[in-house]
Amino acid sequence: MTGRGDEEAHEASGRRARGQLESDVLAALWAADGPRTAREVREQLPGDLAYTTVLTILSRLHDKGMLVRHREGRGYAYEPARDEASHTAQRMHSLLTGGSDRQAVLARFVSELSEQDEQLLQQLLLSGHDDVPPESRRAPGKR
Amino acid sequence: MLISVYIPFLVTAALAVLAPPVAHRLPPRPAALALACAALVTAAGWAGSLALLAFTGVAQIPQIAEEGRWSVSALRSQDPVYAVVAAASTLVLAVCVVSLGVAAVRQGRHLLRARRECAELPGHTELAVLDDDVPLAFALPGAPGRIVVSRGMLRRLGDAERLALLAHERAHLSGRHHVFQSVWRLSAALNPLLRPVAVAGSFVLERWADEEAAERVGDRTVVARAVGRAALASAGASRPAALAATGGVVPRRVRALLAPPPARRSLPLLAGGLLLAVCCASLANAASDSDRMLDSAQWALCRAHADTTPVAARTAHDDALGRGPDGCGGAPDHPEHGERHF
Repeated sequence: MTGRGDEEAHEASGRRARGQLESDVLAALWAADGPRTAREVREQLPGDLAYTTVLTILSRLHDKGMLVRHREGRGYAYEPARDEASHTAQRMHSLLTGGSDRQAVLARFVSELSEQDEQLLQQLLLSGHDDVPPESRRAPGKR
Repeated sequence: MLISVYIPFLVTAALAVLAPPVAHRLPPRPAALALACAALVTAAGWAGSLALLAFTGVAQIPQIAEEGRWSVSALRSQDPVYAVVAAASTLVLAVCVVSLGVAAVRQGRHLLRARRECAELPGHTELAVLDDDVPLAFALPGAPGRIVVSRGMLRRLGDAERLALLAHERAHLSGRHHVFQSVWRLSAALNPLLRPVAVAGSFVLERWADEEAAERVGDRTVVARAVGRAALASAGASRPAALAATGGVVPRRVRALLAPPPARRSLPLLAGGLLLAVCCASLANAASDSDRMLDSAQWALCRAHADTTPVAARTAHDDALGRGPDGCGGAPDHPEHGERHF
């Protein structure tokens, strides 16, 4: 994530890296509590991205309709364009409830945990690091 | 033929038992490649051996013998395979081929559906965020593939962990892990003995993506934490009882990430390669034996014909065998059979 300045050097890989940066920025904005300015987004991302790079990505995402923005001071603050109808979410959930052979097509980040797994995992995370925020230990299931 | 035709079965069984524990200890990328090779070769070896065994039985059916112009009695006298074995092999082969066909259609349909969903997801970015509180994250293969993550998942992870998750799913897409999955699913459908290999394969792919994410983020514990927290968050959201049996995967991944990266080892890979070479060689040996058997059965029929009907001699490809002209002009012997003798 460090050598981001050489975008002009590799055109093809540069385009791919731009796509990845878009994802990173989008993810950061969705995780945030409210609108974020380019400067704030930049602070959320690791490595030292150029301010202008972040600005470019934000305006490109805005052009694509993924973000909405409003004036804040001299610049803009961005937040994700919400999809309240959330047809997509429903479709994706139905994709996932299609049995194990369909699950194999989708590479899920984490598989389900058994009761023992859960305890074991908590121990592992605690012994590995003590800085795990307590809310993540047992997130309430909201549906 | 007597022994060599069974060797692919032994190799498959040995791999089914040995490959999963070994693969878990190797660096995941070479392990995944090795498991895919092993699955392909042993599935082919299994089908090939079954086909050879089945053929020895099928070839003794008079109608088929007449079509192929060989002598049933000559074949039976040389055949080292029991009729029961041949019949059982035919049955097993038929079941396996049907199961492969069903699995291929299903897998193809799932991949097509994933591809369609990819194209229909809103936006043209690599990442598609679901406006949903339920934590969820997966990679959807397609052209190009998309990373699908719910808002609920993103909000439960820290800044670095979020990047680890994205890097993990990106590794699945760029490594074309769905192709590996398809190879294992289909070879396990053809050969049920390979099911443990398919299970080990899925695990190794997750490890592969974890290791790539760790390299990307530059910190193994960040990835470990991302995996652990995501799993704990998802566990709160849904816990289908049916899937609890797959247990242990996430804790094993986290433990592997908290430990130093696995050392490169070439010995297990070499041993596996040797095993696969033995499998191929014995299958080739069995095939040439069976071919030779068939040829001599054809010759037996030719001789029988020659005794009764005097026909012009044919010497085209007899000399290599030193059998001399047998007067087999009546039987339209396939020239390629003659050339394969040695």
